[in-house]
Amino acid sequence: MSAAEILRAAAPVETSAPVAGETPRLRIQDVRLEYATRGKTVVAIDNISIDVPDNQFAVIVGPSGCGKSSLLYLVAGLAQPTSGEILLGDEEVDGPGPDRGMVFQSYTLFPWLTVRENVEFGLKRRKMPAAEREAIVNRYLNETGLAAFHDAYPKQLSGGMMQRVAIARALANDPKILLMDEPFGALDSQTRNTMQKLLLRVWEENRKTVLFVTHDIDEAILLGDRIYVMTARPGRLKEEIIVPIARPRTMDMVMDPEFIAVKRRILELLKNEIKDDEH
Amino acid sequence: MARKRSVVDLCLTPKEEVPGALRYLVSTLVWLLVIGAWSFATYGGFMQDIFLPSPTAVIGAFFRLLDDGTLAQHIWASLQVVVIGFLISSLLAVPLGLLMGTFRVVQAGLEPLVNFIRYLPVTSFVPLFILWIGIGIEQRIMVIFFGTFFQQLVMIADVSRGVSKDLLNASYTLGASRRDALLHVLTPASLPGIVDTLRITMGWAWTYLVVAELVAASSGLGYISMKAMRGFQVDVIFLAIAVIGLLGLFTDTIFRLVRLRLVPWAN
Repeated sequence: MSAAEILRAAAPVETSAPVAGETPRLRIQDVRLEYATRGKTVVAIDNISIDVPDNQFAVIVGPSGCGKSSLLYLVAGLAQPTSGEILLGDEEVDGPGPDRGMVFQSYTLFPWLTVRENVEFGLKRRKMPAAEREAIVNRYLNETGLAAFHDAYPKQLSGGMMQRVAIARALANDPKILLMDEPFGALDSQTRNTMQKLLLRVWEENRKTVLFVTHDIDEAILLGDRIYVMTARPGRLKEEIIVPIARPRTMDMVMDPEFIAVKRRILELLKNEIKDDEH
Repeated sequence: MARKRSVVDLCLTPKEEVPGALRYLVSTLVWLLVIGAWSFATYGGFMQDIFLPSPTAVIGAFFRLLDDGTLAQHIWASLQVVVIGFLISSLLAVPLGLLMGTFRVVQAGLEPLVNFIRYLPVTSFVPLFILWIGIGIEQRIMVIFFGTFFQQLVMIADVSRGVSKDLLNASYTLGASRRDALLHVLTPASLPGIVDTLRITMGWAWTYLVVAELVAASSGLGYISMKAMRGFQVDVIFLAIAVIGLLGLFTDTIFRLVRLRLVPWAN
């Protein structure tokens, strides 16, 4: 029995109880996020609980405005939940830190720094010696195919190249978890495919715990070990799906029956969601 | 094959590029036109030279003042006032402006006051400055400072307010402290805007210089214009105006070079 078949037998599961032997890296517990606009309280995230095991690629999908990006900002510590808590390992998240690297949807490279200096930014803040820094930077520049562009400034790069630098920059810090907020959302579909392939390859090499937000269902299935489907506002967790597709993944797996089965399930969940929204 | 477009067509299309040679030709032509009109009016005898001196008269004044050393002396006097006043103003306005655009508390404290002072005409303060600090160089420096500082403050605060919060957030997720974010993100990100602000306000500083020197001074380009007016030496007034224009062009060029050197990534 192949690994894929074993996984398929287990999927989908409703709860996110960690599998024996797997330590949950990230625990999001009863997190609620409210904010006030024009005197009214809006619930962006309504009591979500998610456990992401170590070395897993977790993806959050949901309709736009469901609070999936907000959830990522909460994990990053760039915003505070109204109630509930977020634990990374044993520590409660309290403000941003280098243990939670983030790749943003908007281009956030520092325009005054070259590609190399951008990747180096976090290491320099830690006062790492130059020789050590260089070795790490070179490694991630090579892994993301940026070695030839190390002296370029961000404005000389295309959107896809800029996001490569952003990924290398976050990974160079060796974070405990990598947060990715629709990192390929602004790219054209050709570039997006290239970036997905690159991310799959880089992930195979590092096996870093990832929490990835997207509204692209194909992208979610292609990249993810598990997918959290969210409801429209207020954002709730609708279902957790374990993706029964073996790794390493390739682009032509989008035609596999397992892939299509998962896609059908997610489409169904989201279709209901849009109907709910119309009431 | 693409249809070759005529030059006239290019010239009449909004925002369309035209050949470089044509641009230079037009620039030169406009200068020639202005000097031509000036020459026509003066050499043709249409204007009395007591009101409008001929080009040769102004050039003559230039050599006359150059030879007796007064031109260099007055240029130096004016340059000193502008540079010192502008430097003091910039050294205070850049850090304070960055803080004003970054911290809401500083903004709340300073903005109402600064916006009030900003609209007060500098010229109306000149009598007050003379009363308080006399007619020495300090008074003229004060006029330059007063004229530029509050404008710089507001413009630089705007520059730092325009720095994307995403950049700051990105730096936090990479381990930057608030201090790091201020020194290594906000400041470099604001640098192109700061240089542009300084370049624009330098032009204003030259304007205020003449105001200061016309009222109370014993040297400087504004002072020799004032003195020349009393002696009906219109050629010297024209010379002083032209020299201020050239000095302005010179400082502007310096700022453009500084920008190229300092923030090559933004060009």
